[in-house]
Amino acid sequence: MPKALEHSATSWKGQALKHNRSILDRLDPRLRLLFTSVFALLVVAANSLGVLLVCLATALTFALLAKLNLRRTLRRVLAMDLFVIFLLFMLPFTTEGTPLFEVAGFVASVEGVQHALFIGLKANSTLLCLLALIGTLSASTLGHALAYLKVPEKLVHLLLFTVRYLDVIGQEYKRMRRAMQARAFVMRANRHTWRAIGYLIGMLLVRSLERSERINNAMKCRGFTGQFYLLDNLRLTRIDYLFAIFSCGYLGALIGAILL
Amino acid sequence: MHIVDGALSGPVLISGAVLAVLGVGIGLKKLDAERLPQVGVLSAAFFVASYIHLPLGFSSVHLILNGLIGLALGWVAFPALLIALLLQAVFFGFGGFSVLGVNTLNIALPAVLVFYLCRRGITAYSDRTAAIWGGIGGGGSVALTTVMVAGSLALSGQAFWAAAQITLIAHIPVILVEAFVTGSAVLLLRKVKPEFLQLSETWQEQRYG
Repeated sequence: MPKALEHSATSWKGQALKHNRSILDRLDPRLRLLFTSVFALLVVAANSLGVLLVCLATALTFALLAKLNLRRTLRRVLAMDLFVIFLLFMLPFTTEGTPLFEVAGFVASVEGVQHALFIGLKANSTLLCLLALIGTLSASTLGHALAYLKVPEKLVHLLLFTVRYLDVIGQEYKRMRRAMQARAFVMRANRHTWRAIGYLIGMLLVRSLERSERINNAMKCRGFTGQFYLLDNLRLTRIDYLFAIFSCGYLGALIGAILL
Repeated sequence: MHIVDGALSGPVLISGAVLAVLGVGIGLKKLDAERLPQVGVLSAAFFVASYIHLPLGFSSVHLILNGLIGLALGWVAFPALLIALLLQAVFFGFGGFSVLGVNTLNIALPAVLVFYLCRRGITAYSDRTAAIWGGIGGGGSVALTTVMVAGSLALSGQAFWAAAQITLIAHIPVILVEAFVTGSAVLLLRKVKPEFLQLSETWQEQRYG
């Protein structure tokens, strides 16, 4: 797989990653979360081409409204679509049904093509909506919104801690890799590489654990009792009510279209 | 290893989500506030470690490390991995939203199993035995994850059987690499920081003097 298509080849930039301010940023994060969840469930449940095309159009509209970074988004969509393309090639031949065409003795069926097409539409609609509505939130806002939506407190704390230290641990990792490079370490497909990487990961974990002990002490020193206080009070404004009314109508219509 | 939205059938998605919620519930119950910073930092470390790409043939593989996560965290692997998958889905667009439950279950359940099956092995007196058990844990958990991913595909319809088989075959090299890496990581952790693997100091003194 080419480097550019690997999501994980890009390191975590988290909150440092800039995105253009857009009208969607004025919406309440809780509403965005709720809308995306319901939308994703409906898309997965949908089973007609018309409905799915409407969903994709909706997701594309959100992506445009959110002014997503074109290159970054395209890279992510492509990375996911590699899996979909793989299915697109496989499914027509493995599904039984009305024959459509034949390649080297293998028969492609209409049902298979349709199935693969549906998966592609569903995957892309949910992904675009997710990136546009939630991917543009900062990770800590996401945590706070989840907390307001009654997600268990410990889970939210875990999310906030993880996000807070991703960058720090990422730096630590880069430092250790630089040290290995300075000693002329080159990754190859052999046991020496795997052992070295195993030690690297082990050492990264040791350092992380020791860091977490220092963090724990520092937090206790400041009176941490296992409770984070959410200092931002999210309040619904007029644009939120408008969005809520629109989404109720839209999602209701979607449910109706799926049930019919 | 991640399945995208839309591929799996309703029953598979729902049962995956229910089981994942159960697992996360148990994990959260076992996680006391005292350990929150520790688990948060470790799950960040695992997140970082999972974007190490190792060259293999024409392509490269990235590590999953769920075996090592399981050995270190036990049931807490469930919430830690859910967070990692959520962050990946939301900010990298990798994986999907409705499949979050299935993906969490597929990766975290093997981690928990490895915790119970290999924990004794990695406390063995001989370094070699311990590293081998670590390797079994690392390779075994990825193997199990692969089987579960293939299973979720196969259960979603006969049309996916071929895709499921290809998934199984494609992951054999990943299992081998993962086994070597986890084995060496266990070896290092035993010597440098045995409490990481929940080994006591008396054990360390007896073993390394």
